[in-house]
Amino acid sequence: MLKEKAQFLVRKWKASYSVLVGLAIVLLLAFLSVIKLELVVNGLFLGAIVALGAIGLSLLYGILNFAHIAHGDFMTLGAYFGLFLLGMLFPGIGLEGTGFGPFTFGYPLFLAFPLIILVLVAIAIGLDIGVYRRLRHRNVSKAVLAMTSLGVAIALRGLIQVIWGGETWQYPRLSKPFYMFPMEVRIPPDNLFIGALAILLVLALYLFLTRTRMGKAMRATSDNMELARVSGINTERVIWWTWAISATLAAIGGILLAVFQAQLLPIMGWRILIPLFAAVILGGIGNPYGALVGALIIGVTAEVSTQWLNPGYKTAIAFLIMIVTLLLRPRGIFGVRE
Amino acid sequence: MNLLEVSGVVAGYGETEILHGVSLAVEERQIVTVIGPNGSGKSTLLKSIFGLVPPQKGQVRFREEDITGMAPEKMVHKGLCYVPQSNNIFPSLSVNENLEMGAFIRTDDFHQRLEEVYRLLPDLAGRRRDNAGALSGGQRQMLALARALMLDPVLLLLDEPSAGLAPNLVNSVFEKILGINRAGVAIVLVEQNAREALGLSNWGYVLASGQNQLEDRGENLLKNPEVIKLYLGG
Repeated sequence: MLKEKAQFLVRKWKASYSVLVGLAIVLLLAFLSVIKLELVVNGLFLGAIVALGAIGLSLLYGILNFAHIAHGDFMTLGAYFGLFLLGMLFPGIGLEGTGFGPFTFGYPLFLAFPLIILVLVAIAIGLDIGVYRRLRHRNVSKAVLAMTSLGVAIALRGLIQVIWGGETWQYPRLSKPFYMFPMEVRIPPDNLFIGALAILLVLALYLFLTRTRMGKAMRATSDNMELARVSGINTERVIWWTWAISATLAAIGGILLAVFQAQLLPIMGWRILIPLFAAVILGGIGNPYGALVGALIIGVTAEVSTQWLNPGYKTAIAFLIMIVTLLLRPRGIFGVRE
Repeated sequence: MNLLEVSGVVAGYGETEILHGVSLAVEERQIVTVIGPNGSGKSTLLKSIFGLVPPQKGQVRFREEDITGMAPEKMVHKGLCYVPQSNNIFPSLSVNENLEMGAFIRTDDFHQRLEEVYRLLPDLAGRRRDNAGALSGGQRQMLALARALMLDPVLLLLDEPSAGLAPNLVNSVFEKILGINRAGVAIVLVEQNAREALGLSNWGYVLASGQNQLEDRGENLLKNPEVIKLYLGG
């Protein structure tokens, strides 16, 4: 009994330990000026955005047991709906502004968040009722569900292209000076906002999953859906909650991505899909905390790679990490052997 | 009046029919054991009663009410709880959270019941905060029982609670089951350890190839030469 518990703790400790060692190596390399600390730091902010998508993807995988390929395009949709509000609807009713505090964006962004979240949650649950639930009740395989979500992804991207065209857009913004830190680390103020919001959301999710009845039911359903039903948990309602939370995180992640990149493209979410999956697999499929750590690793690695490689290869780096993980440790850093 | 009455239940998975018209009755406060060879449909019978494998024909009545094919998450509201044979705990949740999930449908304060269950199964009380996945086999089985007890059910369906346990643990699990029954809970027990299970049962059923083969008082089945030869290892 004690031995089993000890083994369990060691396994947990080993995973955290390997992450800490990795972090120490990165910092050491930065201080030896092999890699630029600035890239490491800004990589963490990119990682925070990837995390918002990856956590939702991981939750969906844990509960519904399929890879939601449309997740990147959910993020794009969130970003573009933000463009509609900030660039059209809000100015139309006199809500305008840029350069709020040290940031490039204006105060209307804060008003946009709740509306965008509402729309994305409605779309996610609507798709579940109209498409995924029907398939679920027919007991189709997870490959069919994943392929269906690929179809949804293409449809969403097509819709965005029809409405906004293929060209590059921007949120109304005012250029702002970067913050200067020691060791030539320059950080755009927007990134600090992104980081702070991501930390807040992860904290809120953690409290939801560990402190609330529905959060615990979600973890239970992720562990074993049949036993959850046997316990009296309405798993269909748990599935809706999962969609709602994942869509909320995707909506916010999409807006933050548009702020981070200072541009919107119909392909932006599709491009981030591989980093999302790489983060999920790296952290251990179905484990939201693993997805967070995985996303930070992907973000830093992708950003640091630009020191030697064309930034266009960022996705390739994420893909490489995903393949290496699948070859060496398919259950991910925090995954427990089945 | 029978607490549970199963009559002529036909059920299976997809095209494969496993139960070809099985009947069973349980009175209040009884322990009823179902024995039979592997693949005779014992587990499917429990799943069918609990709505996990909805019956295609036949009827399941609980306290006179027709509950045939009702969804499991609704079934627990009626006073029935079910413990599957395997995967019967939530491994990534703590012991305490597992029990909270057992009481999920209760929106009132269930802490009194929680303490009662811990008193009934004291092995678990010391490990409340531990992940259920870190428990030993015997403790897992206790936790599975405890989860199902949280709603204070009238009838408990247990699918091979002694499966895969060391002999000394098997006895302690049966002791707990007897204790639960003495507290007033009727139990339907599906078991491989036929001798021990029949020994504590009021009534026993022998199932073969998805059909009722024999039924009698527990002690009579233990003496039945055919049962001894086929299921009690001579």
